[in-house]
Amino acid sequence: MQQVTEIRWHARGGQGAVTAAKMTAEVALSQDKYFQAFPEYGPERSGAPIVAFTRISNEPIQIYSAVEHPDYVLVLDPTLLDSVDVTAGTGECAVVIINSEDKAAALEARPEMAGKSVYTVPATRIALETIKRAIPNTPLIGALAKVSSIFPLEGVLDEVKTSLGKKFSDEVVNANLDAVRRGFEEVSGQ
Amino acid sequence: MSRKAMTGNGAIALALKQAEPDVMSAYPITPQTEIAQNYAQFVADGAVKTEYIAVESEHSAMSAAIGSAAAGARTITATSSQGFALMWEMLFIAASLRLPITMPVITRALSGPINIHCDHSDSMGGRDCGWVQLYGEDAQEGYDNAIQAFRIAEHMDVRLPVMTMIDGFIISGAIGPLEVLQDDQVKQFVGPYEPIHPLLDIDNPVTVGAFDSLGGWYFEHKVTQNMAMDKAMSVIESVGREYGQLTGREYSHFKTHMIEDADIVLVAIGSAAGNVKTMVDRLRAGGVKVGMMKVRTFRPFPHLQVAGALAGARVIGVMDRSDSFGAQGGPLFTEIRSAMFEAPRRPQTFNFIYGLGGRDIFPDDIEGAVRLLEKAAAGEEISQKRYYLNVREVSLDGQA
Repeated sequence: MQQVTEIRWHARGGQGAVTAAKMTAEVALSQDKYFQAFPEYGPERSGAPIVAFTRISNEPIQIYSAVEHPDYVLVLDPTLLDSVDVTAGTGECAVVIINSEDKAAALEARPEMAGKSVYTVPATRIALETIKRAIPNTPLIGALAKVSSIFPLEGVLDEVKTSLGKKFSDEVVNANLDAVRRGFEEVSGQ
Repeated sequence: MSRKAMTGNGAIALALKQAEPDVMSAYPITPQTEIAQNYAQFVADGAVKTEYIAVESEHSAMSAAIGSAAAGARTITATSSQGFALMWEMLFIAASLRLPITMPVITRALSGPINIHCDHSDSMGGRDCGWVQLYGEDAQEGYDNAIQAFRIAEHMDVRLPVMTMIDGFIISGAIGPLEVLQDDQVKQFVGPYEPIHPLLDIDNPVTVGAFDSLGGWYFEHKVTQNMAMDKAMSVIESVGREYGQLTGREYSHFKTHMIEDADIVLVAIGSAAGNVKTMVDRLRAGGVKVGMMKVRTFRPFPHLQVAGALAGARVIGVMDRSDSFGAQGGPLFTEIRSAMFEAPRRPQTFNFIYGLGGRDIFPDDIEGAVRLLEKAAAGEEISQKRYYLNVREVSLDGQA
């Protein structure tokens, strides 16, 4: 039976979760893997909670329903933890990566996180310091590369170079590469 | 061939671009999809020589397509949902004038209540308008069908419009891998267009769409339309074989999986076929003798071949993504059951309606359907024939 890695992205409209889901798919393509990326379709409002999904596999993927039991949950906005159960459907092996400066604060009084493998990465700060905008998606992809074995950091960097290089200046491309690299380096399970 | 990451919309727009028809007419506003938007961009960028007619409604989009095709141009449009519904009147005229227009349809629900998400109410509602209907499971099939549609529509035995469907959002908006042909491969496959009796051939003037009443030939026109549908059956197959030689992806009227020794067969159409196939593999691993059929050609409906392929099944579960109010079941169900009526060993048939208005269909829902079919296969008497999967608030045993 096919092994599919399933990722669920939680964010607010405007934080780049759909772009992150797509970029992750592009990285998978560059690694000769099969993939799917799709948002939970609905009204797109800036600031409203949104969900997006990515599936990655070494074989063709033929299931098209929403991801029910994600292996990886990426939370682009820690304030969502107050309103959305980001752990819904996750099993014991699920990994949660949260954009947060402070893991202890992010997890305080959150019984649903008990027993989960939780990682944090200061993705908003990294984004502000690299790309100069509060769009935390690229540092989170770097963090995903570190925490998972889905694809190597070099694969992500190459893809960012190729895809952004077509449209943007070297300065923008390098800032994004830094964002990915720092997400990779600064993600922490402590 | 190259491999790309594309949405279903992007894949189909690319197929159309590579075929580069003479004219595209399209209504550019909701409920239109990105197909029309992307194509308008290709035109604006000078990437294609197609003349793009932006019209004021979907009714006008189909009207303009009819005028353009009658004038002698290879013509396309694209639509979805309410737009399809608004084209309704003109769909019949395109078919009866035998104009080989091709049109991708991103299948989505019809109002009301207002809903923009996937189901097959739009295209299934248009199943009897005289167009050939091909359904795809994923972006690749949407791309492949959009290319083959030109050859089927324009074949001299057919000369009927062809619509090619993929599921709204689930496929149209999702990014997946796509094997892309080179532009010249597509152009060569599609070939040059030969219009018949074009209005612009002013040396040989013709009347198109004239009054044809009592004492006329209206009835005979309708009969020849249906004869063309019959002939489309083998043309769809031969075009699908030729496409297979080019790409390695051969197409016919349907695909089966694990069907040879199956007691239970699920029949599906559109993206749910992938979910069903995934579940069939899982259940097979658990020893359940289940198989599946994915239907591609819905019009003309390949009833003889379907009956042949399903001859060994004891129980058939047909999955419909649209309902047919007041009928015995959804559109696919009534076709399948009718096809099996003359079978030497008539199977039991059940209908599972799912996914209306974009409601998800999960593997567990499909397993639930198979568990019910297992009981029927084991000889249990089950009088209820129609079920709704993953539905709430309505009693599941409330048979219509």
